[in-house]
Order: sequence, then structure tokens, then C-alpha cells
Amino acid sequence: MKITDEKIEALAKLARLSFEGPERENIRQDLENILGMCEQLQQVDTTGVEPLIYMSESHTVLRSDVVIQTISKEEALKNAPKRDSDFFRAPKVIDQHD
Amino acid sequence: MLSYEAVIGLEIHIQLLTQSKAFSSDSTEYGALPNTHVSPISLGHPGTLPMHNAQAIEKAIKMGLALQCDITRINRYSRKNYYYADLPKGYQITQFDTPLCVGGRVPIKTKEGIRKSIRLTRIHMEEDTGKSMHDQDLYDTLVDYNRAGTPLIEVVSEPDIKDGDEAYAFVSEIRRLVRYLEICDGNMEEGSLRCDANISVMPIGSKVFGTKVEVKNMNSISNVKRAIDFEITRQIALIENGGQVEGETRGFNGLNGSTFSMRKKEAINDYRYFPEPDLPPTLVTDADIQRVRENMPELPESLYQRFTEQYGLNDYDASVLIDDKESAFYFEELVKLGVPHKTASNWVTVTIRGFLNERALHLADFPLKASQIAEIIQLIQSGSINHSIASQKLFPAFINSPESSAQEIVERLNLATSSDTGFIEELVQQVLGEFPEKVAEFKSGKTGLLGMFVGEVMKRSKGKADPKTTSEWVNKMLKN
Repeated sequence: MKITDEKIEALAKLARLSFEGPERENIRQDLENILGMCEQLQQVDTTGVEPLIYMSESHTVLRSDVVIQTISKEEALKNAPKRDSDFFRAPKVIDQHD
Repeated sequence: MLSYEAVIGLEIHIQLLTQSKAFSSDSTEYGALPNTHVSPISLGHPGTLPMHNAQAIEKAIKMGLALQCDITRINRYSRKNYYYADLPKGYQITQFDTPLCVGGRVPIKTKEGIRKSIRLTRIHMEEDTGKSMHDQDLYDTLVDYNRAGTPLIEVVSEPDIKDGDEAYAFVSEIRRLVRYLEICDGNMEEGSLRCDANISVMPIGSKVFGTKVEVKNMNSISNVKRAIDFEITRQIALIENGGQVEGETRGFNGLNGSTFSMRKKEAINDYRYFPEPDLPPTLVTDADIQRVRENMPELPESLYQRFTEQYGLNDYDASVLIDDKESAFYFEELVKLGVPHKTASNWVTVTIRGFLNERALHLADFPLKASQIAEIIQLIQSGSINHSIASQKLFPAFINSPESSAQEIVERLNLATSSDTGFIEELVQQVLGEFPEKVAEFKSGKTGLLGMFVGEVMKRSKGKADPKTTSEWVNKMLKN
């Protein structure tokens, strides 16, 4: 399957990455290989086979609703690339999600 | 000019009142210092695994049962992928193809009193994001993850809503229900209940929906109505002027009641949903549903029916009583104590509510038990005290000393009605003596003055004279 420039652009945008020059050709090659393998897998006849979603047959074990605080604010902030004494700091982007 | 109709669907996010988060054990408490209620799981650290909160599912099932949804037995979770600073994992755990509740309906009563059912598409479980603050700092967005991972349900309606008033009724009903069920405090200002509206317009009778616009950030029920009414007018004007409605997300400006463009849908987000491999399916059994059902209070719809049909209350009284669970249950307690239905309803909706409203209090803060109000009513019924003295003097005094009995207060403040004829006769004589010209007018046929004499006697008795005895005496003495 051929991966177009537009497709690479769209994927890069979703992943917050950018591919320029030779990088773009490398990622195109990688994606084409991956999709090629998937195309091969798609040739298997799976009629009547339930999709396998979970590797185990088990169901979730529920946790009772009890508060256990395991880390402090200082520990929480410790690995942040940018922070102050109270907040994580991130580049300004105005957008709203649910 | 064409006539248009609007097609509106609502999505309501409801924070579930659990102690801990949906998939981790950090606290969900509102208003804590930033980033103190977090954990490696809610912060999305690699290698952590979500652990599902049993209470979150139970509360979500409650809502589903209250709205007559079908409850899904095998619940899978999915990842909704997008990058945003307040979503530390880079995905939100949500339900995509197996929502916990399917179908159902919300009964509403419009401003004109018309009853209507709004169908639901689904209710699914998911987790909340952290909070971004864009205006605190010049260069950076500040992020607080205390809210990240708080359990949510999202109630999605079918596009059955026609205007702002119906939307108002719909959100009010949802808020009342979550409060009855005690699964959410329903506080829109604090964001524990949030509403987004999908709005489109089309020529009346058209089979094809117009392009829909999503409106967000309406932080009160009246703003939901304002935003929808504004948006309908805007879209119709746009079409009438030869323009086209663009599919987009718009925000709401509460200051001037308008909506504004936030983000265009062309750059549509591809959320790339896929099954959450870290959470095996959550099973809901018949026994689970039965247990939840047994712990549900009687709901407003059923209370309304009982209050009108069984107790003979009118539509207005019944509607006011079921406004909140506390009033409905307080009323019911009075009825169980033998208070007549209409009397009980008046005490709850007029006297008690009046007292609470004046002080901006809730019934939960009210110091008198139903049995104490029943004591007051008993004293009125037995004729020991009249109604106005009871509500104006005894009621406030009782509130200030709820440890006394009503009878004790009546004695202490000397509030008992006097049918002591000596006392009444004296007052009647006094009054007739002071108004000889009125007495003459009465005798010459102006019998309507009777009420004036009785009122004057009542006033001088400080409300204690029994009105019936008083009126008998006035009549008798005037005829002498």
C-alpha cells in the first residue's frame, strides 16, 4: 500500500511529530512495511471467528472506593519537564476537549 | 420567508460522587490544593495499571435504572486518543462500543406544562481530565491534575429537543435525578454537571437535518437555554441571508448571551478508538442490578403520581414538593404522622420553605423534625392555638429551642388561644365603647362592619382570642 504525503502529514499531526527530508522517506518505508504485513494478515479467512481483544479470559476485579494517597505533590511534580511549586507547566494551546 | 425548526441533542457529563477516582485510589475531593490528589495512575506514568472503582459502576447503574435504560452486562472500555496537556496518558479511558446504559428516556414538563419524553441514546462511563489554566501565566498553561481520573458518566440524548425551554427542562430533570440518587451534587458552577448542546435548524417538516454546531461552556441551566435560543436565531439568520452554517464547536459568552467560534470541524479529530487492553471487561450481573435497585429511593415521577392520585394534591403542590427529595420525604413523614395531606403540603411548601428561602438554607439544615411540626399542627387542630399564632410565633420560637416541646413553648410564651369568655367579653366591650359611631352605623344596617370589630378584638388579644368565640360575642353584644 502506498503511503501519501498527506497521510504522513495527518499521522504526524495526530502524534505531534514532524517528518522532514530523509525522515519522511524513512517513515514512509516503515509505514508501508507495516501495512504490507497487515494486508498479508487480512488474507486469512476469519469468518465466524470472534475478534480477540484481551489476552486473558478474566474479568475485572473491582476495587472498593477507598482513598489511599500514595504520592506527595512534590513527588508528583518531580519528573515534569517544566513546573513550579504547585503546577505542571505546558506550552499555551487554546483548545477545548471533553 | 421559510419557517424553521431546531433539532437539538444534549450531552451531559456528570461527575460521580465517589471518594476515590475511577481507576485509582487518589481522592476526588473538590477544591484541594493543586496536584495534591494525584497518583502515578492518574498522572499516566508508564507501567501503571488502572483499577476499576466498584462504586463508580454502581452509581452509573443507578442512573441507568432511573431512566429506564437497558443495562449492558459485559462492559468493555476503549481508549480515546488525543494530545492535550490536561490528559496525561494521551488518551481518555471511555466506553465506545459497549455503553453501560442503552436507550431510556427523560420525562420533562415544558414551561407551558406539556409533558414529553426525551429519548436517550446511551449513557457511558469515562474519566475526567485535569484542569488547564491559560490565563494565570503569560507564557505557560498551568495544569492541575486533581480532577484527572474522576469518574464521569456521559448522558447522550437523541435529537428530540426543540428549543431552549425543553433543554432547560431536560437538564433540570437530570440534575434533580442525580440529586435524588445522590450520585452527583449537580453543581454546574463547580463543573460537577456539564452540558454540551448539538444544535441545527432546518425548514419545518424537512427530512434532512441541517449542519450541526456544538456549543460548550454553559455553566448554568439558564445559560443552556440562552445559548440554544441564541444559536437557533443565529443559524436561521445566517441561512436567511444566503449563508451556510459551518460545522464547528462554539463557546458561550455568559456576559452578552452570545456564542463564538472555538474550533472548526474540518481539522476533525481522529480519536482512533481502540479497546483498552489494561482493563479486562467489567461484568454486571442480575444480582448486581437487583442490589442497586433495592438501594434506590422513590423517584420524582412516582412520587408525583402518588401525591396527586393517592393524596389528592393538586399539580402545583405536588410539583413543588417533589422539587427536591428532602421536601418530598419530609412531607411524606408528616402524612405518616397523621397530618392531613393538604395541611402537610402547606407547611412544607409555604411555612418551612419560606423560612429556609429567606435564610438561603436547605431542608437538611432545618432544625425541626417532622414529628415536631406535627406537634404544632396537633395544637392547631385541637384548638389550643390558632394558625397565624402558630406560624408567626410558635414556629420561629420552636426553631430557636427545638429541645422543648411545642406545648411548653405555647405555655412559656402564653400563646394559647383564649376562648375564655370573660377575657373576650371585656375586649369586645372595650372596642364597642371606643367606636360608638361605628356601632351606630352597624345598627343602621352596615353589617359589614362586623369584621372590623372582630379584627380589632383579635388585635388587642394579640391573636389569642378564638376568632369564632369573638365573632359570636361581637354579634351578641351589638344586638343588645
